[in-house]
Amino acid sequence: MDVLAFTAVVFAGSLFAGFLGSLTGLGGGVVVVPLLTVALGVDVRYAIGASLVSVIATSSGAAAAYLREGFTNMRVGIFLEVATTAGAIVGASVTTRLPGTTIEVVFGVVLLVSVYLTLAIREQAAGAAPLGGSRAPPRRRGGPNPGPPREGANQPPRGPLGFGIMAGAGLISGLLGIGSGAVKVLALDQAMRLPFKVSTTTSNFMIGVTAAAGAGVYLRRGFISPSLAMPVMLGVLGGSLIGARLLIGARVRLLRVVFALAILALGVEMIVAGLHL
Amino acid sequence: MSGRRQDGRLSDRAIALAISLVLRVGVALAAALVAVGGIAYLVQNGRRETHYSHFASAQSLTTPAAIVRGALALDPAAIIALGLVVLVLTPVARVVLALLAFAEQRDRLYVAFSLIVLTVLFIGLTGHAL
Repeated sequence: MDVLAFTAVVFAGSLFAGFLGSLTGLGGGVVVVPLLTVALGVDVRYAIGASLVSVIATSSGAAAAYLREGFTNMRVGIFLEVATTAGAIVGASVTTRLPGTTIEVVFGVVLLVSVYLTLAIREQAAGAAPLGGSRAPPRRRGGPNPGPPREGANQPPRGPLGFGIMAGAGLISGLLGIGSGAVKVLALDQAMRLPFKVSTTTSNFMIGVTAAAGAGVYLRRGFISPSLAMPVMLGVLGGSLIGARLLIGARVRLLRVVFALAILALGVEMIVAGLHL
Repeated sequence: MSGRRQDGRLSDRAIALAISLVLRVGVALAAALVAVGGIAYLVQNGRRETHYSHFASAQSLTTPAAIVRGALALDPAAIIALGLVVLVLTPVARVVLALLAFAEQRDRLYVAFSLIVLTVLFIGLTGHAL
């Protein structure tokens, strides 16, 4: 394959990954890394480097829009970024020293958990979709009544637990080159009891800084290849913009489930590849 | 109004809008550099065979100095790398901006948090523990 053909294939795949990541709410990195490694045979560390770069682009673009809407809690975000950035550097340092096959297995496992978390969180807070999906008002699972709105809940935020989960989210982000938005939302929404819309937008706010911390490590170690990162970044960014457009006013519940299953399959594929089964 | 609180300091809303602008400009600039460098790269190297499991080119562009030097010499890969560096620095700029804004608000606690985040980012980007 020559450079032109390879770039075109990677760009098309990344466009698709960005689109899928945006629709499912999992983010482009979760799709693009397995796509590059399993389908194209790219060394997983270069795939992660390119993915991290695309994560910065998409999350910064989305965060810019959310900041204008006014839901983002910058103070909570910056406080927790202390944990996520530290975790990201540790994760990135570990990955750049590990054999590729080990990373693939870990990635596959995290992929499966992410899909589960994302579907579970969305079940609970349908209607407050981060990218503007229009659905019925929030209905919490586990009770017949919708219950009081979260905004009125007066429990104090559980800081230490949230901080700890965030360090883990950062670690995963640096380790695997994904935004780990699902884990961040879990910390903000479940552990710290922030309103769902605030959780998703604040999570997004933090993803860019977290990914930048990890990307620095990959950049220094030479795992961010310009020729690979170029089509990945432009493709994922473009695909996520298309996905965000489609989400507005569309009925995407079924699409989400279908795509989540597709990502699930990628995760299994990744584990199989890593274990040489 | 005009982004000021009653005590004359910047409002959080004004900070959010400024950060939003920085993020958009950073991403747009980075995407433009990557696209221009990418097109030039394909024009020069499009027909070359590639070993796409490993990328040797990344190994020579690992320091800001090397990337800037290459970009000034119009090396396409270095122009792409420069765009990627701009992209990585965009969230860093966002933290710096928040730090300055919190300082203007005399919010010492969040100045401190911003400083810690910046320190961690510095360690990640340079590999030096200050």
